[in-house]
Amino acid sequence: MTIDPAYILALYVVAVVLFILSLRFMSDVKTSRWGGRSAALGMAIGVVATLLAYQIQRVDLLVGAILVGFVVGTPIALRVATTALPQRTAISQAFGSLAVALVGAAEFYDYHATANTFTLSVLSAEMILGFLTFAGSCIAFAKLQELIPGRPFVYPGKNFVSIAILLVAAGVGVFLVAEPSQTFALPIMAAFALGFGFLLVMGIGGADMPTVIAILNAYTGMSAAALGFVLNNKLLIVAGSLDGSSGFVLALIMSQAMNRSFTNVLFGGVGAKVTKAVPGAVAAQARPVQSLSADDVATILENARSVVVVPGYGMAVAQAQHTVKEVTDLLQEKGIDVKYGIHPVAGRMPGHMNVLLAEANVPYDQLWEMEKINPMFPETDVAIVVGANDVTNPAARTKADSPLYGMPIMNVDKAKTVIFIKRSMSPGFSGSDNELFYLPNTWMVFGDAKKVLSDLAAALKKD
Amino acid sequence: MLLELVASNVTSTAPAAISYTSQDLVTNLLIFVMSTFLGVELIRHVTRLLHTPLMALTNAISSVSMIAALIVMSETTDQTLLILATVGVALASTNIISGFILVERIVRLFKSKPKGKPAK
Repeated sequence: MTIDPAYILALYVVAVVLFILSLRFMSDVKTSRWGGRSAALGMAIGVVATLLAYQIQRVDLLVGAILVGFVVGTPIALRVATTALPQRTAISQAFGSLAVALVGAAEFYDYHATANTFTLSVLSAEMILGFLTFAGSCIAFAKLQELIPGRPFVYPGKNFVSIAILLVAAGVGVFLVAEPSQTFALPIMAAFALGFGFLLVMGIGGADMPTVIAILNAYTGMSAAALGFVLNNKLLIVAGSLDGSSGFVLALIMSQAMNRSFTNVLFGGVGAKVTKAVPGAVAAQARPVQSLSADDVATILENARSVVVVPGYGMAVAQAQHTVKEVTDLLQEKGIDVKYGIHPVAGRMPGHMNVLLAEANVPYDQLWEMEKINPMFPETDVAIVVGANDVTNPAARTKADSPLYGMPIMNVDKAKTVIFIKRSMSPGFSGSDNELFYLPNTWMVFGDAKKVLSDLAAALKKD
Repeated sequence: MLLELVASNVTSTAPAAISYTSQDLVTNLLIFVMSTFLGVELIRHVTRLLHTPLMALTNAISSVSMIAALIVMSETTDQTLLILATVGVALASTNIISGFILVERIVRLFKSKPKGKPAK
């Protein structure tokens, strides 16, 4: 059976159109349900077209592999908790990059005798990228799942060692391109690429995970696009580069929101900053702060007309999103205007906080992006900060010597009253003391977020 | 030339060098550059509300690398490489299936009007 390749190419065009439409559908919540569906249809068309063009003799293996995909993939997707989405993204990147790396290796063994220098170079680069992304994603998964400590693993000469390992991997890659018959070098290259990916992500702290996940996402896409170049397959190039650019745009948004550059995230030791700042934070505990009980907060809230809630990852850790929703429902019943202000890096991956709140049935039109909510704070009666810290620190605007200086923050300090729910006076990830705590319009409520909020809900119900 | 773009050896199952003219390379580079720019524009317009499902979606889309694994499965004569490619198909299809189900699941969480539904 021979099929005119023009038909196959036409089917690929349909698949590409569906992929592009699916990303377009994600621009609005209303159309987003079609996003996944149109991409899934595009994928099905792409796979079927490929199967038509390339006859696979071992149908048993093919069916078996796809069955494994169904059996493993379906429960993962249905069972994963929304708080665990970053881990699931990391592990799925590990799967994706391992697939690309293995296929690249198979291609190399198959074609090394006949392939030209260009193909061999792309294959080597693709394998290095695939293996390093695989190791990096595994470590990101382990850190997010808290199988290993989230703090950065730093030692003297860390960057020197990492870069040396990458250079060795690249050097072996160059050797493979020059002497393709020496296939024994391929596992050596793979091992060094794995080692580099391992050390790279080991050196990155938990707070930087949103950026890291996005960068690994970009790498997976780029290696898929590289395979497309090797196989001269247009669909792979388009889909891979769409994924690659998506990862880079998200990584850029994340690192801008944290006031860091890519290189700083990847090679800067955030751990060093934390240790330096701790003595300052201890000393700062002596500074006076004003604190309130949940009952007092209820009284303040009842007299407010507009309230903005600023949630952070601490809210999700305390599993307090449903309690937050209960409090804001009670406020809305009293005719108070409630909005949620979401900082771009709230949560452990891009957009994570929105998903957590949506799951707690907070309608998405109450979720406001930082740039849109910030001008409204001067008009806001009460801002409630739950489980967020660094992203509210006014030092980012005022103190040039602060590690946070220049970072875009939620301007909660401009609200008439700030209620800050927090377990203790400990500093955030950056290690800097939060200037907000000592402002005359700030009231601290000490305690576990969930406990404080349920007390608050009880107090609001009482009146 | 159009006919050569998809596959050089559609009927042959023996491994052969992929026919690659410099014209193909330039066409592919053009496609790569244009899709990257298009991707940046598309992603910039994705609402921040949906960045998490977007990552699940692009992850699934990038597992289009399954196609590469399928091509190796069809062309290789070596048992070890066949197994490598089969593992690749299994990994990629896991990602594709879980990715698309997950996108659907997350996107459904976003509701516009406050409903009287009790929180779980």
